[in-house]
Amino acid sequence: MANQNQDLQLDDQGRLRHFLTIDGLGRDLLTEILDTAESFASLPGRPVKKVPLLRGKIITNLFFENSTRTRTTFELAAKLLSADVINFNVSVSATSKGETLLDTLRNLEAMHTDMFVVRHAQSGAAHFIAGQAAPGVSVVNAGDGQHAHPTQAMLDMFTIRKHKGDFTPLRVAIVGDVLHSRVARSQILALNTLGVTEVRVIGPRTLLPGEARAMGVHVYHNLEDGVRDVDVVIMLRLQNERMKGALLPSQHEYFQLYGLTDERLENARPDAIVMHPGPINRGVEMDSAVADGPRSVILQQVSYGIAIRMAVMSMAMQVRTAAASKEEAPA
Amino acid sequence: MTDTKLFMQHDAIHDLVEGMARVLRHRLQDRGFDDPAMIGIHTGGVWIAEQLHRLLGIRDPLGQLDISFYRDDFTRIGMNPKVRPSAIDFEVEDRHIILVDDVVQSGRTIRAALNEIFDYGRPASVTLVTLIERSGRELPIQPDVSGLRPPLEPQEHIRLNGPAPLSLEIGRSHTHRHQETQD
Repeated sequence: MANQNQDLQLDDQGRLRHFLTIDGLGRDLLTEILDTAESFASLPGRPVKKVPLLRGKIITNLFFENSTRTRTTFELAAKLLSADVINFNVSVSATSKGETLLDTLRNLEAMHTDMFVVRHAQSGAAHFIAGQAAPGVSVVNAGDGQHAHPTQAMLDMFTIRKHKGDFTPLRVAIVGDVLHSRVARSQILALNTLGVTEVRVIGPRTLLPGEARAMGVHVYHNLEDGVRDVDVVIMLRLQNERMKGALLPSQHEYFQLYGLTDERLENARPDAIVMHPGPINRGVEMDSAVADGPRSVILQQVSYGIAIRMAVMSMAMQVRTAAASKEEAPA
Repeated sequence: MTDTKLFMQHDAIHDLVEGMARVLRHRLQDRGFDDPAMIGIHTGGVWIAEQLHRLLGIRDPLGQLDISFYRDDFTRIGMNPKVRPSAIDFEVEDRHIILVDDVVQSGRTIRAALNEIFDYGRPASVTLVTLIERSGRELPIQPDVSGLRPPLEPQEHIRLNGPAPLSLEIGRSHTHRHQETQD
């Protein structure tokens, strides 16, 4: 799978062509994304926040699943790069997926789109589109089913690096509904690729995937034990809309066992930061006192998300255009 | 494939920059440009600008530009993997700006730098200073002050190494490319 991802995501010089999953990407490339985002993060301080890097390019947000926040940050990132943006919200029934997806894609390609930002409830949808897209068209995965959400993971890595500098000595705990979380899957891959000391997942047995240990993580079922001496606590949203069947007795009981409070955070390192991909269910995943407290970096994550998306879009697009010009150039 | 030879060493470059500082000071006085601010272009331009900034006793901190996001050849050769954030910690609006680069060749780097400066504000004026002014212009952009105009053939390129010690190196490409915008 890793090799397959590499083939699809990278060109023959190892540069980013599509951004679909962290799987198969090396530490150098992840670091390059973080470094590039660092430059974009300084732009909001200027009177003119835009740069002309992707002027004349068309980026289509292809959202088969609703997400105002993610779509907005992708749209803003594209506009800050001076690209033109089309927002395409499609709701399809799962059964007509294959053909409809391809037809939609062909229609949008006929409108000369240079990049698709894809969110879909089916795992593998972004890969499917990347495999079908015309040469020179890039695809960025904005979340596919329970598989991957790589830009969210990279903005989390960016936030961690901003606060902690080096990844190597860090212990990171991911708390909550890991089973249904594409964010957690991408985070675990990114943290291990960047070489942290330890990744822990904390949650009830029903919400941790069976293969958790195979993903290179330590499993805890008790929050107080799990956050002991960690540098970073990442809370996941309880995916109510994804939960089929009674995996939990009640939200109230979940908070009693796994809700993050100031008292429970006392076991973590004194300078530990608390993250959450949003939107927060206050009083379910965490106390308001923690969400609004001094250790919370949740709103910074949102700002950094724009810089990360600018970095990924421009990196994927440079290869697109370089490849296109290579084809045009005489031998 | 390139062959390179040393063209000039640190002390000689420093003498050149001192000469440029004198000419620049007169130029600014003649034009009545009081209290100018200075911006260097990454990477070589910043090294030269640091010296000029000190020699002219400029009040505001030296600004630094990385023009990677403004280049016109992004779609042809891609992005510089080591982009540094630009840092201009003064108001550009209505200021007299001295823009410093190491080499002007095609003029495309300066075009990109001017575009970026205008995204920070509308300067009262921009004075262009380069260590090396060489042939190969593709845009109507000329330096106001330059240290040296070495006669170079189109396939030759000149490169400033640094920051300490500084040295200038001349290379000869077997395939002709525009070197300047890639530095």
